[in-house]
Amino acid sequence: MSTSSLSTVWKRDHFIKNPWIRWTIIIAGTAYIIFALNDIHFDMQRMREGWPRAVDFFHRMVPPDFSRWPMIQKGVLESLQMAVIATTVSIILAIPLSLGAARNISIKWVYLLSRAFVVIARSFPPIIVAIIFVKAFGFGPFPGILTLAFTALGFMGKLLGEAIENIDPGQVEAVRATGANWFKVQLYGVAPQVMPRYVGLSIYLLDINLRASTIIGIVGAGGIGGALFNAFHRYEYDTAFAILLVIIVIVLGMEFISSKVRGRLQ
Amino acid sequence: MFSVKNLVKKYPTGQMALKGCSVDIDKAQIVSIFGPSGAGKSTFIRCINRLVEPTSGEVYLDDVEITSLKGRELHKARRQMGMIFQEYNLIERLTVMENVLSGRLGYVSFLQAMFRRFPKESIDEAFYLLERVGLAGYHNQRADALSGGQRQRVGIIRALIQHPKILLVDEPTSGLDPKTAMIIMQLIKDLAKEKDIPAIVNIHDVALGQRYADRIIGLTEGKIVFDGPPAEVSEETLTMIYGEEDWSKTIRKVEDEEE
Repeated sequence: MSTSSLSTVWKRDHFIKNPWIRWTIIIAGTAYIIFALNDIHFDMQRMREGWPRAVDFFHRMVPPDFSRWPMIQKGVLESLQMAVIATTVSIILAIPLSLGAARNISIKWVYLLSRAFVVIARSFPPIIVAIIFVKAFGFGPFPGILTLAFTALGFMGKLLGEAIENIDPGQVEAVRATGANWFKVQLYGVAPQVMPRYVGLSIYLLDINLRASTIIGIVGAGGIGGALFNAFHRYEYDTAFAILLVIIVIVLGMEFISSKVRGRLQ
Repeated sequence: MFSVKNLVKKYPTGQMALKGCSVDIDKAQIVSIFGPSGAGKSTFIRCINRLVEPTSGEVYLDDVEITSLKGRELHKARRQMGMIFQEYNLIERLTVMENVLSGRLGYVSFLQAMFRRFPKESIDEAFYLLERVGLAGYHNQRADALSGGQRQRVGIIRALIQHPKILLVDEPTSGLDPKTAMIIMQLIKDLAKEKDIPAIVNIHDVALGQRYADRIIGLTEGKIVFDGPPAEVSEETLTMIYGEEDWSKTIRKVEDEEE
């Protein structure tokens, strides 16, 4: 019996087949990481020196100081309002935007325009957008709401738009065949198919906006972030900790509510 | 009553799906369209209600020329043509009642449609039709909870509640077992006779098509190659439509059943 066909060695193909390209990528990658570590002076000396300071910092945070409760409460309520208003505005505007950003529904120039808006809205983190809007509209919750709504629209336009692109075209065809006009086709052919996704994304969005609304106050866009920033600035770490605790409680509460609601959607 | 003149469809890919098809239907009859996959059956039926835009040709429904209609006029024409689909195409997440009433979308306003405020006559008729097809009591079930045969019955009443002047039926039985397929075909035939309207039925099951049709049209490579009563369908006819094959058993089976 010939053994030649039985004793062949089998090896899985490499992800990158060309050995020259493969080894170039591995060596260059390793070299860059070493260079980057050196360049930012990541050294153990600083770790060792900084550690006691961090411990001291945490010691000064406890016990949390809730004595400035009225200020904390005002900030938290403002954050909440910003998040709720921005979410409401953006989930309403997301409907036309995501229809425009869905290739199967939209016409070419509307599609390109909507996609361009989505790409721009998604390429900046909220804090950068907040800086721009604060410069343009002044301090307070107004530029904050604009920031949240703008970034939220990017998020919804992309994800809801993609959900619409993936619907079953047969159901849309059937509704068109009844003589329904464009709007009624969206209502019966498209909306029922993406409704669970839409509700799920909306709740997730409220979650995201709530988190973001606590941070953009740092650049003056309203909400609890400003108070937090000021507390750190004045070395009132116990007040800062109280604020952090309140934020954690709100975020956890939101998490709980959204998981309940999403559990009920099939 | 209904007439298609020299219908041509050329897809952007250059494929000629229909190469000038003409059909006249002047009485309420069941017209089965035979033809191999890719012969243009689906395209033909969709060019009639313009889910697919025909390249040229004319379609007349009671003297209204359909291929030149736009916007509101097209929507009005479409509601006079009830369509029944291969994969049922029900709105899966809506209830049976909402699916049936969606057949009235061409008649109600956007707000009525949105808040499900359909006129009482439509709701009464929906209940009547549900009972007529054996789905009484199912009105609040979601469409995705139904079996294939049940879904197709909902599909049939969605088309009928439009009060159409013609039924366009695309492979209504392809996903169904043989017995359910016969029940569905019988139902389409009975209801079309009851409403006194013609039905154009794409079907690739030769025996089934012959059994329920009053007239057979053979479509091959975008051209009509046969048009006549079911009794005239011979082995030669089937060879002409589908190509060379031993057709003796396919045809004899039908004759046996009729004895």
